[in-house]
Amino acid sequence: MTTLTFCVDADGIALITLDAADKPMNVVSPQFIDEFIAAIERVAGDSAIKGAIVTSGKASFMAGADLKHIVTIAGGAITLQEAYAFSQRPSVAMHRRMETCGKPFVAAINGVALGGGFELALACHYRVLCDDPKAVVGLPEVTVGLLPGSGGTQRLARMIGVDKALPLLLEGRSVPPAEALQLGLVDRVVAADQLLQAARDWLLKSPNPVRAWDVKGYRSSGGLLNPAIVKVMSERPALIASQTRHNLPAPIAILDCLFQGTLLPFDKALQLESKHFAKLLCDPVARNLIRTGFINKGEAGKQARPRDVPKSQVRRLAVLGAGMMGSGIAYVAAVAGIDVVLLDSTIEQAQKGKEYSIKLLDKLVARNRYTREQADEILARIVPTIDYADLKGCELAIEAVFEDVAIKAEVTRRAETVLAATAIFASNTSTLPIGTLAESSARPRQFIGLHFFSPVDRMPLVEVIVGARTNQETLAKSLDFLAQIRMTPIVVNDSRGFYTSRVFQTFIHEGMRLLEEGVEPALIENAARSAGLPVGPLALLDEVTIELPWKIVKQAEEALGAAFVRPCAYEVMRRMLQEIKRPGRRYGGGFYDYPQGGGKHLWPGLATAFPPSARQPPLSEVRDRLLYVQSLETVRCMDEHVVTRVADADVSAVLGWGFPAWTGGPLSLIDTVGLPEFVAVCDRLAAAYGSRFIPPASLRARAAQGNAFYPATTDVSRNAAA
Amino acid sequence: MTDAFIYDHARTPRGRGRPDGSLHEITSIDLAAQVLRALADRNDLDTSLVDDVVMGCAQPVGEQGGNIARAAVLTADYAQTVAGQQVHRFCASALEAVNAAAAQIMTGAADAAIGGGVESMSRTVMGADSGAWSADPLVAYKNYFAPQGIGADVIATLDGFSRADVDAYAVESQRRAALAWKEGRFNDAVVPVRDLIGNVILDRDEHLRPDTTMEGLAKLKPSFVALGQAGFDDVAIQKYPQIESVRHVHHGGNSSGIVDGAAGVLLGNKLFGERSGLKPRARIKAFTSIGSEPTIMLTAPVAVTNKLLKRSGMSLRDIDLFEINEAFAAVVMRYMRALNLDPAIVNPNGGAIALGHPLGATGAIILGTVLDELERRDLNTALVTLCAGNGLGTATIIERV
Repeated sequence: MTTLTFCVDADGIALITLDAADKPMNVVSPQFIDEFIAAIERVAGDSAIKGAIVTSGKASFMAGADLKHIVTIAGGAITLQEAYAFSQRPSVAMHRRMETCGKPFVAAINGVALGGGFELALACHYRVLCDDPKAVVGLPEVTVGLLPGSGGTQRLARMIGVDKALPLLLEGRSVPPAEALQLGLVDRVVAADQLLQAARDWLLKSPNPVRAWDVKGYRSSGGLLNPAIVKVMSERPALIASQTRHNLPAPIAILDCLFQGTLLPFDKALQLESKHFAKLLCDPVARNLIRTGFINKGEAGKQARPRDVPKSQVRRLAVLGAGMMGSGIAYVAAVAGIDVVLLDSTIEQAQKGKEYSIKLLDKLVARNRYTREQADEILARIVPTIDYADLKGCELAIEAVFEDVAIKAEVTRRAETVLAATAIFASNTSTLPIGTLAESSARPRQFIGLHFFSPVDRMPLVEVIVGARTNQETLAKSLDFLAQIRMTPIVVNDSRGFYTSRVFQTFIHEGMRLLEEGVEPALIENAARSAGLPVGPLALLDEVTIELPWKIVKQAEEALGAAFVRPCAYEVMRRMLQEIKRPGRRYGGGFYDYPQGGGKHLWPGLATAFPPSARQPPLSEVRDRLLYVQSLETVRCMDEHVVTRVADADVSAVLGWGFPAWTGGPLSLIDTVGLPEFVAVCDRLAAAYGSRFIPPASLRARAAQGNAFYPATTDVSRNAAA
Repeated sequence: MTDAFIYDHARTPRGRGRPDGSLHEITSIDLAAQVLRALADRNDLDTSLVDDVVMGCAQPVGEQGGNIARAAVLTADYAQTVAGQQVHRFCASALEAVNAAAAQIMTGAADAAIGGGVESMSRTVMGADSGAWSADPLVAYKNYFAPQGIGADVIATLDGFSRADVDAYAVESQRRAALAWKEGRFNDAVVPVRDLIGNVILDRDEHLRPDTTMEGLAKLKPSFVALGQAGFDDVAIQKYPQIESVRHVHHGGNSSGIVDGAAGVLLGNKLFGERSGLKPRARIKAFTSIGSEPTIMLTAPVAVTNKLLKRSGMSLRDIDLFEINEAFAAVVMRYMRALNLDPAIVNPNGGAIALGHPLGATGAIILGTVLDELERRDLNTALVTLCAGNGLGTATIIERV
């Protein structure tokens, strides 16, 4: 036995301790299932055994299924029938058998129990949870595009009711002990050192090991003959449609599990649950969510970190420029325990930058996330200043000043006269080539780009831009710093627009181009949202102001001279800024009007400025254009070695600008659509709308060879190079 | 094909569909039976000549379940040989019932039949029969189900009808209905409803508010904002992505009234008329049904009208009067605009906004109303249509003889 131990005491109480050898957490592996089934049979078959306690020998109870294994069988790698069997085995042979074998089982939950781990606890006849606030329980399967396929939906619904079970299953959130008790997820909460005793006490009372739904006369929900069920089921699908835009299959499957399942006898209900699980497992969305959102997100940066550089730490950080970005960077650093020198040209500006952290922490204190003392401790680390001398001792300086080469150069020079010779200098620029900025540095090999996203406290992505002269040590130290502040890095090579800005621009440009072609603005915005993008391109442009992408284009025009090619949205930007004079929200209006009372609506003048065509394209075509233009640009970035890892490109798109998570990212989207189909659609779009849709040669070659971006191998951490 | 003639029609007055409504104490079956009794009594009818009674009922559960038509036949002391059938085409059920009864006659399956409907909305709960179409999550999700109020507001948004526009339509409906009652235009059709001891407890439609004004209506809050915000606006926009946001303009004052009521239309062939000594008043010329887009759900009347005219070899010019159920103001306004109709010949005596819409009975009521109006004005041809749940629509053309 490698996943658990089994012993019986003098009172005939068996103790099953989950403790997977060589693993940091217990997971529901095939090995575990075999061993736990054997343990159940031992308890069931031995008349000397009165009942069993299930607990864990690790800090956590059980984490659920092994996502790294799940991702290898998801998305079409196995058949529906195989997926059904995969779900039924732990559900029936393990949990259901335990529940009906005639001996009582109690879960002594000593730590985190999520997913399959909590399903095991739910299948026990009694649950005791320790009162550590970190010992959370929950069923987060929806967040990876699945559902609890071992009885979790059916037991939860019967134990606490459909109304209370539904939000827990649809959000997948973790519930701390006090709330778990109040909701009925567990039966008792006790101090950790009393956990096993509480479990024993319950067993020694010789409890009846029959669940409510196995008692004769247990009534089904009544389905649509029950007005309470009618109310929930006639309203909830709309909410799910609103939240998922029909792109995520799991939430509606969960709703049907509750609806149909609670109508059926328990064993049939478990079969239904497994059938829904099977469909979800075979859906590419689950694979995409897991691969990009969990596995590759966790791996990000690890492959890129140069191996032979010792681990480092930043204790003192210089942030130059206390604007929105600088104040956000100062905040996350201070929270991570780093001292921050926050410098600006006036003390008022610098102080305002600290205000940002003060306001944020005040809110968190009000929500009991920090105590006042903790918040003050964090704030004490941020020191606003106008004096460059205060930068002494900083291992890392990040400049987040105005996007202007001359201004950045000045700041760089002044800072470097104070910083130690070993210090690293980073620029938060989103568009100016690192090579250009490094020219003003005395130590270009220690110059790097660290492009944060706004708002820094909520956007975990940082684009790490390696200049031609940036050395490996600088890269390694930068990645170590990002690990300190718990950010997800993507390492890219220096070029105009790097990766994220460059690809993101194609999205907003395409939106403007669609408008110019006569597509209704509401259709453009709704198509973006229907694709799963959080905000439409026109609304986004108003937020950042149209001046931003215009400036980027103008910079490129100046720098590239004759080589410059006008992007597809050039005319729209020019007209909005110079003729129509509606630059964006900050200036009173752009593509939208922003009335005094709040809210916004599309500016009616758009119909005159960009007259809509009589024939509108179908939603699907607008959707495809907005998504595929980004995927194509990502392929070009790979071709040009701006980004070198497929996983990096996908992770940073999802984290950086909200590229729809259900696609798994711009390259994963191509795999999901299918290479030949994607190329064919792009050829059609190119013929109709312009050469920017012409698939790169590399992509055509991939389609011809059947060479997917994520080849179907069992090695999930392999990242295909361009 | 044998002609199916309309010999007579009768209806109860429409009571307010709430516990304080005058007909709340009258069971659904009693409402239906009183109409059947009235048709028999005022025509001195030998009920054994009637082959079938087809009644619409849009919520056929509880006391309205179990084939209320047949139960009403027996309760009304009709001959035992009269059959009985309940049909369900949501709000178009009673018109469908008339069409079904006519079809039996036209095909020779029956000599006489009554088509009608009944609905006691005060004694049931709206949506009592729920159904998979709106409440089975997989079905509702797949079909982008949205409640009809949302559909009405989407029509208003798509067609550019403002709050003032729809309210103005409602004011006019109230004005016409009040005038029609004042001039006694409903007197022949309406049979007073009597209680257990024979007292008349209602002899007029009581939902009317003749003093309705634009200012009064403007005070009402739109009814479907909360539903829209609960996700249904997004569902509608996912179906109609050219909409930026749904304009919510409908409320209780410009939507059909919730009421209790029953109606019946006595149909028969020529032989039946001769046997019972009755003169035919009109002929059922043609009828049909259609399905349309289920998210808005209310857009079928235009399509079913066009389908029916084409099948009949007729055009809009051949129709003297139109009767389209006022499910919501925007429904009728879209219909008139799409077919370029003169509002003067559409719902000339008001409609459900003023008078109420007893779901399973309205189709027969408005058919009777328009027949009376054809006779009053000495006009010839009318078209009756209703939108119905899940995108359905039914239409019937009648012509006087």
